[in-house]
This record gives sequence, C-alpha cells and structure tokens, in this order.
Amino acid sequence: MATAAPAPQAGTAPIGVVPASGARQVWRRLRSQRAAVTAATVLVLLILIAVLAPVLSAIEGQDPTTYHDALVNSASGGVPHGSLGGISGVHWLGVEPGTGRDLFARLVYGSQISLLVAVGATVVQVAVGIAVGLAAGLGSRLLDQFLGHTTDVMIALPGLVFAIALMAVVPNSFPRPLLLMLVIGLLGWGGTARVVRAQTLSLKELDYVAAARLGGSSPWRIARRELLPPLAAPVITYAALLLPSNVVSEAGLSFLGVGVRPPTSSWGQMLSSATTWFQADPMYVLLPAALLFVTTLAFTVFGDALRTALDPRAASRLRVGVRRRRTKEETA
Amino acid sequence: MSGYVLRRLAGMVAVLLVLSVVIYAAFYIAPGDPAQIACGLKCSPAQVAQVREQLGLADPVYVQYAHFLGGIVAGRDFSTGTAVMHCHAPCLGISYRSGEQVTSMILQRLPVTGSLALGGMVLWLLLGVGTGLLSALRRGRPTERALTGLTMAGNAVPVFVIGLMLLIVFCSTLQWLPFPSYVPLTSDPQAWFWGLLLPWVSLAVVESAKYARLTRSSMLETLAEDHIRTFRAYGVSERRLVTRHALRAALTPVIALSALDLGTMFGSAVLTESLFGLPGLGKMLVSSVAVVDLPVVVGVVMVTGFCVVLANAAADVLYAVADRRVVLS
Amino acid sequence: MSTTGNGPLVRVEGLTVDFPVGDGVVRAVDGLDFTLGAGEALGIVGESGSGKSTVAYALLGLHSGTGARTGGTATVAGVDALRAGGDDLRRLRGELAAMVFQDPLSALDPYFAIGDQIAEVVRAHRRVSRRAARARAVEVLDRVRIPDAARRSRSRPHEFSGGMRQRALIAMALACEPRLIVADEPTTALDVTVQAQILDLLHEVRADTGAGLLLVTHDLGVVAGSVDHVLVMKDGRAVERGPVTQVLTAPRGDYAKALLSAVPRLDGEVAPGGAVAPGAQVAGGAVAPDGAVAPGGAVEPDGEVAPGGAVAPGAQVAGGAVAPGGAVEQDGAIAPGGAVSGSGSGSGGAVSGSGAERVPAARDGGTGPGGGGEPLLEVVDLRREFGRRGAVVHAVDGVSLTVGRGETLGVVGESGSGKTTLGRMLVRLLEPTSGVLRFEGRDIGGLRERELRPLRGALQMVFQDPVSSLNPRRSIGESIADPLRALNRSMTDRQVRSRVESLLDRVGLDPQWYHRYPHEFSGGQRQRVGIARALAPKPRLVVCDEPVSALDVTTQAHVVELLDELRRDLGLSLVFIAHDLAVVRQVSDRVAVMRAGRIVEEGPAERVYRSPQHPYTRQLLDAVPVLDPAGAADRRAARREAAATAAAR
Repeated sequence: MATAAPAPQAGTAPIGVVPASGARQVWRRLRSQRAAVTAATVLVLLILIAVLAPVLSAIEGQDPTTYHDALVNSASGGVPHGSLGGISGVHWLGVEPGTGRDLFARLVYGSQISLLVAVGATVVQVAVGIAVGLAAGLGSRLLDQFLGHTTDVMIALPGLVFAIALMAVVPNSFPRPLLLMLVIGLLGWGGTARVVRAQTLSLKELDYVAAARLGGSSPWRIARRELLPPLAAPVITYAALLLPSNVVSEAGLSFLGVGVRPPTSSWGQMLSSATTWFQADPMYVLLPAALLFVTTLAFTVFGDALRTALDPRAASRLRVGVRRRRTKEETA
Repeated sequence: MSGYVLRRLAGMVAVLLVLSVVIYAAFYIAPGDPAQIACGLKCSPAQVAQVREQLGLADPVYVQYAHFLGGIVAGRDFSTGTAVMHCHAPCLGISYRSGEQVTSMILQRLPVTGSLALGGMVLWLLLGVGTGLLSALRRGRPTERALTGLTMAGNAVPVFVIGLMLLIVFCSTLQWLPFPSYVPLTSDPQAWFWGLLLPWVSLAVVESAKYARLTRSSMLETLAEDHIRTFRAYGVSERRLVTRHALRAALTPVIALSALDLGTMFGSAVLTESLFGLPGLGKMLVSSVAVVDLPVVVGVVMVTGFCVVLANAAADVLYAVADRRVVLS
Repeated sequence: MSTTGNGPLVRVEGLTVDFPVGDGVVRAVDGLDFTLGAGEALGIVGESGSGKSTVAYALLGLHSGTGARTGGTATVAGVDALRAGGDDLRRLRGELAAMVFQDPLSALDPYFAIGDQIAEVVRAHRRVSRRAARARAVEVLDRVRIPDAARRSRSRPHEFSGGMRQRALIAMALACEPRLIVADEPTTALDVTVQAQILDLLHEVRADTGAGLLLVTHDLGVVAGSVDHVLVMKDGRAVERGPVTQVLTAPRGDYAKALLSAVPRLDGEVAPGGAVAPGAQVAGGAVAPDGAVAPGGAVEPDGEVAPGGAVAPGAQVAGGAVAPGGAVEQDGAIAPGGAVSGSGSGSGGAVSGSGAERVPAARDGGTGPGGGGEPLLEVVDLRREFGRRGAVVHAVDGVSLTVGRGETLGVVGESGSGKTTLGRMLVRLLEPTSGVLRFEGRDIGGLRERELRPLRGALQMVFQDPVSSLNPRRSIGESIADPLRALNRSMTDRQVRSRVESLLDRVGLDPQWYHRYPHEFSGGQRQRVGIARALAPKPRLVVCDEPVSALDVTTQAHVVELLDELRRDLGLSLVFIAHDLAVVRQVSDRVAVMRAGRIVEEGPAERVYRSPQHPYTRQLLDAVPVLDPAGAADRRAARREAAATAAAR
C-alpha cells in the first residue's frame, strides 16, 4: 500500500514441523527482549491516550474544534502568538496556526483516528487474506490459479494511487474513518493471502495432514485442526508488520487531503496543513511528526520482537548465521 | 525462452484488461453522474444532457467501455458540439476541466516522476545494499546493532515526515539547499540535480531501510549455504567467497525487488511530489481528484498500473536470468 | 609451522568439541585420539549424534570462527588444524587435506560451471594462469571418469546427475593433490548402485594417488570395502577401534556388537550362534562373482536418469537425510547390548539378525499369496501421471500386483522409481490416473473423497519422516486418538483414552506418555507413535513407506521387528516400501522390484534374492555393500570386470 508495506518474503521456511511453542513461551521470550518491552509500553500508552482522548482534553480544559482567533497573529498570516507555537498553561502544546485550535486536543483526538484506522484496516486485510489464501491453498487447481492471479494483481496494484482515486469518488456522506479502513484493508490483503497460501500449500504436503486424511477426517476438520493452528504464527507476524504500514497509509492519505476531513483531526492531516507553516511555526510540524514516528517505530520494533518470539529458530539463524554443519551432524 | 516471453506478454495484457475493467467500473459506473460532474454543479439539466451526449455517456456501459478501449488502441473522436476533436492512438480520454488530451497531459509529467523515481532508486540502492551488506558481514558486532536500529527507524518514518524535516533543516534553517523544484534535465542538468536532491534523499531514507533488511537477510542466508562451506573448506579466501560466490545469489532478490519498486514508484511517488510540489503524475492525480476530473484520474491509474505490470514482468525476467536454476515455465 | 615429513599424517589427541546450545554447551566430541598414517584409510562409524562429522570438520579447521570450542590437538601433515590461521589454514584446506561432502548438489555453487569451480580451487592454492587451472580441472574430471570431461566441465551442477556431481566433488578434492581426503558421508544421498560406483572410485583414487582417506559414515557396509581401520564412535567417544576385518567380524565392545547385529543382511543364512565365516556370507549371497552384472545400456558410469525435469514427484530424499528434530539425540530405547533382542548370546552369535528369524515365522502364517481365497488388494495396470500436457511424467506406469491377507509384500526401488507414488495410491492418498485398484473385491480407484471416508480406517500408512508425520502441536495420545474420533463418533472419551493407551503399550511405549508432545521423543519412538496411529482404526492393510530409512540402524531393527510382529499378531497385510534391499528382505514374503514406474521383477522373497532373473535386480543386489571386507573386495573386482566388459561392447 504505502511506502513502508512489508514485502512478503519469498523463502519463508515451512512451518508446522517446528515444535509447538505455547503462548506462555512466546510471552516469556517477548519479555526477555528489552526493546519489545519498551515498544509495548509505548503502544499501551498510545492506546490509553486514544481511548482517554475526551478525558485528557477535558483535563486540559480544551476541545479540538474551537477556534481561538485571538491567539494567532492575523497580521502575519496566522502565526500563533508567544514562543514555540503558543505554548502556555492553558494550551499545553500551543495552538494551530491560522485557526488557533488547541494542539494538544487535536493531537490526542488524532491518535484515535490513526490507531482505529490502522487496526481496522489490518483486521480487514488479515480476514480477507486468510480467506483467500486458505481457499487458494485448499481449493482446486483452477481456483488456486484464479485466486493466485488475483492476489498477484492486488499486490502489484499501485495501491496508493488506487486509494486516492477511490477515496475521491466515494460520496462525502460516507464516514471517512470507516472508508479509510475499508479502502486500505481491501487494497492491502494481497501479502497476507500470499503468505497464507504458501504456508497452506507446504503444510498440506506434510505427512501428518495425509495421516489425518487417512484417519477419515473431512477437509473442514483438517483445515480446522491441522492447518489453522500452525498458520497463526506467520499470520500474527505478518499482521504485526502490517500495522505500522497502515498507520503510515492513513497518514499519507490524510496528508494528501483525501483522508479524514476537517474538523476531524488526524496526524497526517495536521502534517498536511503544516507544510505551509513549517518555516513560521516548526512546532506545528514537529509534534504530529514525532507522534507518527514514535507510533510506527513502536509498532515495527514490537512486530520484529514478536517474530523473534514466535520463531526463535529462524530469527537466530538470521542473527548468527546458520551453523549448518550442526544440522548436518544431526542428520548424519 | 521465447515461449516464456510470449506467455508472459499474454499474461500482462490479460492483467491490464482486468485492471481497465475494474478501474472503469469503479470510477465511471459506481458513484454519481459523470455527465453532471463533467459539466459542473451549476449546469442545467439540458446542458447536462448535452454533455452526456457529447461524451458518449448516454450509451450502455459496455459500449462506453468498448469506446474507451478502442480509444486506447486506435484513437477516437470527441465532438464538442461545434467541432470534432480527434484524440490520437493511446487515447485515454479528454480532461473534463481543461479539455486537454489526457495522454499528452500524462506524457508531459512522466519525465518529472521518472527523474524522481530513477534518481531515488540509485540512491536507495547504494544506501540500502551498502548498509545491508555491511551489517551482514559484521553480524554480531556493534556495527550491526547500530545499523539494525537505523534501518528500523528508517522503516518506521513516513516519507513526508522525513521530507518535512529535511526541508526545515536544509532549506529553512541552514539554507544550504534551494527549495526543491523541477527543472528538465535537458535544459539545465545542474539545476535538475540540485532541485531533486532533497526528494531523492527523502525517498532513499525510507526505501533503503527495506533494501537493507532484504540484502542483509539474503546475504546471511546465502553465506549459510552448503556451497559456501565447500569453498571455505577448500581454502578460498573469505573476501572471494563473498564477492564471487555469495554476492550474486544474495543480490538476485534485491535486483528483482528494485525492478518492482521502480514500477510502483510511478504511483507511490505521489506523497513526495505533493510535499515538494513537483509537477509529476502523482501531483496531477491529487489535483484531479480534488476537482473530480475522472478521465485524468482513470488515465493516471491506468498508466501507473501499466508501469507496475511491466515492472513485474521485468522483475520475473531478471530473476530468471540471474538465477539460472529457475526453469522458465 | 613446518610440515613434518615423517610421523603420521593425522594425529588427533584428546580432541574435544563443544557447541553452545542455549545457555549451556553440548559436547559433541569428547576426548578422541587416533592417528592415520600416510596413505592409510580410516573409517569413522557412528549413529546420528555420535560426533563423527564434527571430527571431520575439525581436521579442516572448520570450527574456527563458528562459536564452537575445541580442545586437545589435531594435526594434519604437521599443521595444527585447530589453531592454524591465515596461510597455514588455507594451505591445510584443499592442499594438504580435501573434503568430499555429503550432498553433492548443495555443496556446489549452482551459478558456476563445474570446471570453473574446480579451477577456482586450483587457483586458490597454485600460482597458475586461469587457463592452466582450467586445464587441471578438466584433467581431474577426466580422472574421475566424467565422460567427455572437457565439454562437461562447462556444465553447471544441476545439469549433472547425483552420481556425476559426487564425482565432480571428488575431482575437486583431487585438484591440488592433497595428502588426505576426508569424505563425510559421501554416498548417503545416493542410490545404492551409484553408491557402489562412488566407493569404487574413492578406492581407486586412493590407490593411485597414495592419499590418506578418512571416511565418515553411518553405514558399516560402506567401510567394509573401503578402509583399513575402523573407529566406532558413540556420544563423542571412540568405543571400538581396530583393523576393519576384526571390527566387522569379531567386535569386542557391546555397542559395536549391537550395531553390527542390527545391520540388515541380504543373506539370512547365518546360523544362530555360529561365527560369521566371511566365505559363507558370499555364498549365502548367491551372487556369483562372475555373474553378468552389467544391464543393458548402463554404459555411462552412473546408470541414472539425468535430472532436469525428471524428478518424479514420488522421488524422495534417500537415506537418513532427515534429522529427528532436536539437538544431539540418541534413541532412548536403545540400551546398547541387551536391548537387541534375540541376539544377546555369545560374541560370535551376535550376528543372528532378526532377518534370520523372519523366514520361518512368515511361512508359519500360511496365508501366502494364492493360498486360496481372493487377495485383499488387487492392482491391475495401475498408472499415475504428473504434470500437464507437454511435460507428463509417468510416475507409475502400469503396475499390477496382489497382496494376500496376512502377507507382506516388499516393494524395492531406487529414488524416482515411483514406489512412493504407488504406495500413496494403494491407500488412496493419490488418485490413480487409470487402472484398477480393488480392495476386498471393490474397485476403489475412482472413488471420491466422501465415498472413501467409510473405507479410510481399513487402509493405513506408516510414513517415512518421523518429524513431519506427527503434528507437533498435538500430544502423541491425541494424534493416535484422531482417527478414532474422526471415524467413530460414538466412542466416549474414556473409551478412546483406554484404546490409545493399549495401543501405546502395544507398540512398546509407556501409556503414561499420552500427554507428551512429539519433540520429546526420538525418531524411533516417533515412528512407533506413527505405527500406533495407523493401527488405531483396526486396518486390514498398512502401507509402510520407507518406515525406517530415517532411523539409525539399531532403531531400524527394532521398528522392523515390531512391524513384523504386529502383522503376525493382528493378521495384517503389509506393503513394505524401501530402497534398502536388506531391510525389505527381513520382512517380506514376496518382493517386487520397481524401476522407472514399472515392476521389473516380482516373486517370493527367497527366490528373488537367491536367483534374481532381471539384470536390474542383479545389479541392485550386487551394489549392496557387504559387511565382510574380503567379500567386498571380491565384489568390487566383479563390478570392475563387468564395467570393463560393458565398456568394451
């Protein structure tokens, strides 16, 4: 979708023969990584901010939509009075140039949009991706070919361009955050589908799946009992990488002016208006940019740690390089 | 080999056809009345009807689509009531707003996006492959940890954020660089270079992170392969192992991905173009979207789709050529 | 560092190698000593996890810089292999000692021509021109009898067959005339006929160049004809050493005895309790040394199908190429010595393999083929094709056979012979392209999945790979219970549980282990779980697809014994598919030999092994390594003669 979308790795190792790692083990491995704990803490904080946005702005005593014309210098085009973009005890992070709206309130409300759209879009991507990938992996050859090509097209689509165009043609009455979720989600399921399909195909070849067939299990029973559980790890790993890329996608679309519309605020949309102010009021750029950066970084770091925790073997192989000779020794 | 190329071409055409149907359906049929949009909100019903007639929007949908396709293949004529305007072969229609031919509008802007994408790619390949190789060869050392942190940060930062920061630092505060603008390479190479430097760097910072990760993992995987061990066991020097045996295999996926990204970049450069005000395809798309200029929107989407499909095919071929083990089938 | 002219070529003293694993370390080699004189050949034999390959790697200094810790000393031609660096290390690798790796496909760079790769090795050690190096490459390729070496040197590895690739690797080893050749399982990835050729080549090369040979293998048969001395390793230590004849005929230690007795034989005639007379073995083998061995058309050194698209979907990884999961692992079920049932008498009698007992047992069963009544399974002209128009592979190409009730049919074939495809069709995991597949009088070849389901319990399979045949996320008890639950909804949890426990007990596992997970078990134990799962729905026919090829030899013997016992006790019919002729012989009443999708010979096991009719069967039997060094030499001579005759024609 956007520039940061993770590329599905071609050579993902077949799962399923790796010893099961229980949720407790994963949790323990996650906790042992300092970066993961930091990232998780940041993410929890961000979620709290988003959920408590009304409370937080009430504590400040401001709301995100009220204009404060008195606080901006209309003579200079609307630069806030005071230093650092008008930071004061009343407006903790200053005010928006031009309108004088309270920045703190706009930022915390903006986090709602960013997180909501990112999570919603990821849910759509994963749901569609699993459905398509499983159907392709388990269905007939014809179905597989059809879905495979569709997936290829979806991955190849100039997603951002498509999204811009789609966002533009849908009537304004449609709720924008929901539209963003759907557009980002429906254009971005290709990677998940490809991962799921590849894993399904390699899982399907495993002897224990053949054994289940011989044991008289129906295809549905096999999918449920033998295929879905081992798919959880790669899908979660992949979804964790989709999240930050969806945060960026939302911000990008809003930045281009086709995302959420004022007076609703989102970080991307704030950055968009900030482009005209960055010389006069750098604070207005820095605040949403920093929040956006911290959010995506936290998601990325956490996703990476999650991958390590879910598949420590693959991760350590990449970290230290394979000691293939040990493996050979075991085989000999 | 030739059979493979033929099949690949046929596949490309098929994908483009599907793409055109989807785009056409999405943008012409789904929402609103194109004639109303083309005419503007203040038109009277009679005027709208006239416009509908002129643009062929009164025909059934499939006829409209056939005209659209026909226009691409053979060109088509538009009557503007009084005169007839001929639109040459790859005809993507006529802009509702300016009355210009979409094809020529796109052709004018293609060099801008092309300059941006190509230059950015050179930079991000240098940066990304360099970092990736360095961190693979220095694995387990502080260098690698630092580089891993940097690439993760690069991966996390959106291109417009990096761009804004660069603008603030280099153009506004330090004033070392002029504000980015586009000057054709043919008219003034130096101005072209300096004008695009900042956009290139922004693109490179973001994109190179992806390449660094890919290069690193691909290199580590290759170095762990059995045939590397063979030559190590035969006293071939580590430097030669890397340069002669590992590099080629390790860079194959990198090359394929860059072909792919070059194609995608014609679409995804839109953020960079918007931020720096470069008059490329993306900028045109965004401004056309704002005024609901449907033929331009459809045209840009078609062209970027075409670039992506072309890049996909190029990536496949590059892969097959670089990795001779892949059987072309 | 000086090269000492005298003294042994290899001197290893108190060698230890530790690998870091998690927080701790695993000691792979634990205080090993041995010497190898110039021009001598030493075989290091051991089961998986014994540390034998680790020793080989240590001799080339391949542990340096990997995190492994080494101790003791290992000198090769005067160079300290554990501590050498820089030029010394480079000289050691390739010039003084050269390694032949196990898997010739992955050991060569897929991007470069074979000749260029060998030339590169030459230029790493000699200051010669590119052209001279290339010429040297062609010379050594010719030396290992690659036909038309100058032209073939321009081919890349994937254009070679498996045997040719291994020849190329040997050529690479010869490139700088090393004084020691280290061969790490050089034939494990190869079919038995090709294995014989490669071993012959190694033998010949050693005789010609006077290089020393260190041969690392799990297969006692491989060392018999190829080395002078043998060292048996277990858990990183040497447990037996001596001249090859002594170790293979009169081993002193319990472990070596157990190992030796577990090796399946082609000759089931060794009298229980009697010492093994090498001569008798050859006679029992019934292969006359002068028998016409060369089959038609086998003029190329390897009688193999060149690869390319020809990799039949049924083709498998040969031999023990599958690591049973965990780190350094031993089969818990083996207590060296007493555990090998029926062989614990005197030291001489240890060789009475289970194969010897097998023959009468089978005859007692009485329900042989054609013994009245309809066969359980009847197959007529069964075919299976893979691929689409233009590139169709006939994996199984018109096979007809029958399996009687209570009978074991052995199916033998090399990789790509279609035996696995056949096996999968017999239990209807695959649908035949055409032909009749009649089970208990009913043609089930064309049934759809839904129609098959009621029949599923009757046809079961035991799989090759003990790792992938069990769901790692499910306890072994639940894996075994799965067919019970899927097929028989009426069973209560308690009934299922008690049935599973009795099955676990039946296959020799503790019923208490119901809730354990596969990764807690060794390969042999997992294979037992797989057998229990196959038995759960009370099948009438069990197809065993290479059930023991991934297991160590001592474990193999136990599993084979178990299968035979179950067949007898439960009145099962077995189809036993394997590449190993000796293993098949142990269990089979009748044997079918497959090649290129067809059955070339079929008959009572005794007859097929005693007097094979088809030249291919004869070639297969001839290529099987024998445990007796003298016999091995005779057979080598016979093979050479046959090859010469074939070449002369």
